[in-house]
Amino acid sequence: MTDDVDAYIAGAFEHPTREAPDKSIAQLHAEVAAGALEDAGLAKDDVDGYFTAGENYQVGRYPPLAMADYLGLDVSYFDSTDDGGSAYVNHVGEAAAAIAHGKCDVALVTLAGRMRTDDRDQPEHDDSILQENFERIYGAETLPVYALAARRHMHEYGTTSEQLAEIRAAASHHAQYNEHAMYREPVTVEEVVASRTVSDPLHLLDCCVVSDGAGAFVVVSDEVRRQLARECVAVLGHGAAIEHHDAGRVDLTRTAARDSGQRAFDRADVGPADVDYASIYDSFTITVLQTLEDLGFCEKGEGGSFVEDGALKAPHGTLPFNTDGGGLCSNHPDRGGMTKVIEAVRQLRGEANPEVQVPDAEVAIAHGTGGYLGTRHAGSTAVLGRVGR
Amino acid sequence: MSWEPRPVPEISPETAPYWAAAAEGRLLLCECQDCDLQYYYPRARCPDCLSGNVEWIDAAGTGTVYAYTATEIVSGWPEEHLPLVLAYVELDEGPRMLTDVVDCGPDEVEVGSSVEVTFVDTDDPDVAIPVFELRR
Ligand SMILES: [Zn+2]
Repeated sequence: MTDDVDAYIAGAFEHPTREAPDKSIAQLHAEVAAGALEDAGLAKDDVDGYFTAGENYQVGRYPPLAMADYLGLDVSYFDSTDDGGSAYVNHVGEAAAAIAHGKCDVALVTLAGRMRTDDRDQPEHDDSILQENFERIYGAETLPVYALAARRHMHEYGTTSEQLAEIRAAASHHAQYNEHAMYREPVTVEEVVASRTVSDPLHLLDCCVVSDGAGAFVVVSDEVRRQLARECVAVLGHGAAIEHHDAGRVDLTRTAARDSGQRAFDRADVGPADVDYASIYDSFTITVLQTLEDLGFCEKGEGGSFVEDGALKAPHGTLPFNTDGGGLCSNHPDRGGMTKVIEAVRQLRGEANPEVQVPDAEVAIAHGTGGYLGTRHAGSTAVLGRVGR
Repeated sequence: MSWEPRPVPEISPETAPYWAAAAEGRLLLCECQDCDLQYYYPRARCPDCLSGNVEWIDAAGTGTVYAYTATEIVSGWPEEHLPLVLAYVELDEGPRMLTDVVDCGPDEVEVGSSVEVTFVDTDDPDVAIPVFELRR
């Protein structure tokens, strides 16, 4: 494990409710900003860096400007790189880089979304991209393009619906202990496979929840960390990658996690075998299965057998994952990358629910997938480590 | 298994020849004259070598299904036209093209199914959209 750490996550906070009909998007950002700063033992005026992303309609055309104004922030560094659900894992790396270069010392990262109770039409596609004109006309939106990836993986490697269902079953096992989770009822493999087919081979229970919600975390320099009476989490490494059509040679079984993970592990000087806990973006069960392979937890094509028999269940599975119930059962506030970071921080600080806390978790990863796995997407991987005090 | 007429894609000077050809019943690909790459979707510069020396070529219009799904939920798609069979078709020239397979039941399609191009109308009489049907 590297000793060369530029930045630490000092505080994290997740909005407790999965519906927030009476709160504005900006208000949700502010609530979680306050929560994360309080968790870190920092004040608003300590913040000199700010990161957020998100749909323009939520907070204004230029999200960091709108939210800096709303929150009254005075920042020397800000960014709104928006690669969808992976953005907030990317912000871990971007904040760490900004801190390493002396651009800021206390970076606040926030997300808020109201996908569940906002009745405003949600734009499914980004019309500004040329490519969208070759997809929308075919009805290619989120669910079916992920189903295409699942189909191809099944075709090439013999992956089964039951194996995908193992992922949902493990997530639901964790969610029963999370009082805030949207769906707390444990489900069996059989129940997942018996649920309605929504875009074959994906079933309804292969899909994540649609929730309102928000989350925030605070990334700080080593100097700030030393002043805090709070256990912090080291940002050991980070990597990002984009996977796309490749001029028409798209490979639906390959994800950006292969390159983002390698870059993050190299920087952290650890490997998959060193990981005690994994937050894996789980928009759909197939997202998890392919990501596990590409991050190197098993060989390509062996994700199906890897996840069998409760391997992902905490605390004693081979690789405990998404112990909050994840996007599949707990929370997917528009984008899920934020909650991936938050639960990894909880695990490393020993603050996950006791029923799912991984004993002595020292190395965790948070992986975000943004965009559309079946056409083009981003991968962002952060390797995080426990810091002894 | 179809939705007619389809939404009209946004036509730009860069892609106008592609849509005009489709309205005539022809599927075009781009071919880089410097590195010989034949690619989809159309772009003015080659995505392999960034050369602007790119020509339109006629595709054979035949290929095989690389992946497919019959989806029960598509926002805005009339329910009576669902499920919609979305697919990647691997053209004989090599590129994999996101498209629909029309006029077939979802149980008739397999990975590897042989398909050929056909065209559906849009609201704009000068624009048609290439889709595929099973070769029987
Ligand atoms: Zn070229």
